[in-house]
Amino acid sequence: MSRDNTLVSAEWAEQNLNTDKVVFVEVDEDTTAYDSAHIPGAVKLDWKTDLQDQVRRDFVDRQQFSTLLSQRGIANDDTVILYGGNNNWFAAYAYWYFKLYGHDSVKLLDGGRKKWELDARPLTADAVSRPTTTYVASELDNTIRAYRDDVLGAIGQTNLIDVRSPDEYAGRLLAPAHLPQEQSQRPGHVPTALSVPWSKAANEDGTFKSDDDLRELYGAAGLDDTKPTIAYCRIGERSSHTWFVLRELLGHGDVRNYDGSWTEYGSLVGVPIALGDEPGKAA
Amino acid sequence: MGNQLSTAAGCGAPAQTRDLPASIDLKSETVVTGQVVSSAGEPVVGAYVRLLDRLGEFTAEVVTGDEGVFRFFAAEGAWTLRALSRDGDGEVAVSAATGINEVTVPVSR
Repeated sequence: MSRDNTLVSAEWAEQNLNTDKVVFVEVDEDTTAYDSAHIPGAVKLDWKTDLQDQVRRDFVDRQQFSTLLSQRGIANDDTVILYGGNNNWFAAYAYWYFKLYGHDSVKLLDGGRKKWELDARPLTADAVSRPTTTYVASELDNTIRAYRDDVLGAIGQTNLIDVRSPDEYAGRLLAPAHLPQEQSQRPGHVPTALSVPWSKAANEDGTFKSDDDLRELYGAAGLDDTKPTIAYCRIGERSSHTWFVLRELLGHGDVRNYDGSWTEYGSLVGVPIALGDEPGKAA
Repeated sequence: MGNQLSTAAGCGAPAQTRDLPASIDLKSETVVTGQVVSSAGEPVVGAYVRLLDRLGEFTAEVVTGDEGVFRFFAAEGAWTLRALSRDGDGEVAVSAATGINEVTVPVSR
C-alpha cells in the first residue's frame, strides 16, 4: 500500500468533484455538519444510524451494507473518497468498514473536512441524489477486525496500541474531553499496550504526517513491526485512524482494529487493567 | 436516541452551544468553556479548538458553534487551548478547577 492508492489531497479532490466513477462520501457521527454544508456532490453516511446495527452492538450485515450503498448510488467499481469531521475519525472508520466488506477502490481525503474548511474550498447545502445501484458486498473480512479474546491473547505477546489521549490511557479521563466524563467503564488501559495517541500521526490541519515521521513515531514508541498489531481506543474510530496509518500508509501486514475498544474492555468482569502512564506487565 | 446512549455510543464532538446539558454535574465535572474571538472582537464561528494537556499533547477538539462557543469536559489542572480558524490562530493557557472555567481565546493572523 502507499499514499497513491489510499489518500487524495484536497487539491486533487477539488479538481475531481465531477469525475465519473469517483464518489465523495462524508461520514460523521452527527450529520448536521453535512446537512448545513458539504463538498459539492458528496453523499452522506451516518456512522450511528447507517453503519451500526440498531439493536445489537455490531456492524450492519453484508446484505444491509449492500442495500445501503445501493441506495446511496455507490457501485462496486466506483472510487470512493471518504472525508469527515473530527480529523477524519469516522471517515477512517468507514474506510476500514469498506475494506471489511471488500470494496476495491477507497481513499481518504487527507485533512478531511477541517482542511477543506480552513482552505476555504467550496461547500454547498444542495441536496445530492445519485441513481441507485446494485451493490454487492463481499463476505466480512475478519482478518482486519479484533475481538476481545484477541486482545486478551495479545497481552504481553504481540503489539497492542492504545491510541486515546494520554489522560485516557492513564485513567485520569474516561472519555475524550469534549464529552462528559461519567461513564460505566473502569478507567485505565490493557496491560502492555503502548500509548501512541492517534493525534501524533496527524498534523494540526488534520493531514497525515510523512511516512518517515510515522515510522519514527511508532519505532520510538517500541512497536515491533515483525509482530501482529491490534489498535484500540474507546469505540474504535480513533483506532481506525491508526489502523489506516499502520496498514495502509506504512504497509504493516497484520493490523487489526478492535472496535469493541475501551467501552467493551473496560466493562468486562475479571480482565486485567493497568493504571498510570506506563504500559504495565502481563499478569 | 437518548443522551446517555448517544454519549456511550459515540466519540464525535457534539454541536457547541452556550447552554450546558442539564445532566452535567458541576460538582464533579471540570468544564472548560468560552469563546473564540477575532482581532476585531467578533465571535469566530467554525473555529477548530483543541484542548492540549500539560505536556502539550492533544486531548480533544471541537468546532465552535454560534457565538464562537466551545466546551470541554476536562479534569483539574493545567491545559492549553489552541484555536485554528480562517481568521487566524491563537493559544491560551488555562488552570482549570472543578466547575465552570470561562476562557476567551483571541485569534489573529
